[in-house]
Amino acid sequence: MATETLVRQGQSEVRRAEPARTRRVYAPLVDIIEQKDGLLLVLDMPGVEPGDIDIEYENGLLTVHGKVEPREQEDACYLRCEYGTGDFHRTFTVGEGIDADKIEAECKNGVVTLHLPKSEAFRPRRIEVKGE
Amino acid sequence: MSRLLDPVWPFMQLRRELSHLIDNLESNGGSTSGVFPPLNVWEDRDNYYAEAEVPGVAQEDLEVFTIGDELTIRGKREPMSGKGLTYHRQERGWGQFERVVSLPGDVDADKVEAHLHHGVLKVILPKAEEAKPRKITVTAA
Repeated sequence: MATETLVRQGQSEVRRAEPARTRRVYAPLVDIIEQKDGLLLVLDMPGVEPGDIDIEYENGLLTVHGKVEPREQEDACYLRCEYGTGDFHRTFTVGEGIDADKIEAECKNGVVTLHLPKSEAFRPRRIEVKGE
Repeated sequence: MSRLLDPVWPFMQLRRELSHLIDNLESNGGSTSGVFPPLNVWEDRDNYYAEAEVPGVAQEDLEVFTIGDELTIRGKREPMSGKGLTYHRQERGWGQFERVVSLPGDVDADKVEAHLHHGVLKVILPKAEEAKPRKITVTAA
């Protein structure tokens, strides 16, 4: 099974603001890395507090949501404005090769790392060749 | 020679418009345009403030300094370490970066403060006395 079907990105637009009620929502940049025992999802979510991250897995969809209070100053005079602040949200399609019960997450310096272990049946196996 | 008869003038005009177009494209690019880290800079009466999104950059890998009216943010972001990593998607960059911004006035370099909190760097730059707005009393003649 090709691993790319294990995790697919759900949104093609990256870092574009979408109106969601009154808050702005951004799709975090992501790295998807395959290791022997599973997949690593590394997401840039600057400004998010570890307690404000929601990770949900349902029906093969992995959703990562980070709540961020907008930091825009209302009455300040802006000299340069290169990014906006708001929530982070991104959805991934996870194939059946992932052991969803064992997904682990950590957050450090505004980077969220998710470890998605492969279920036993999908791990590489060494097959011994028997001589005659 | 009048502009209409000058054979070079239409080309100069075209060049000017093209470069204007390119400038516009660059300024609308946002954080995906390749400039890292993206910066927001604002001011109030007493301070300039600069904020940058630097997720994954360790505090010891970040350098902030000011000279006159210039703020420099420099640092590096380490790539993922480990053997046998196969990337299926790589959107996050890594390596060294440097941003230099000119502020409208000088800052009091001794009082500049920088804080890093969950991947957001905030620099508070008190304005030098001569850069602060001054209220001038209008006296009747």
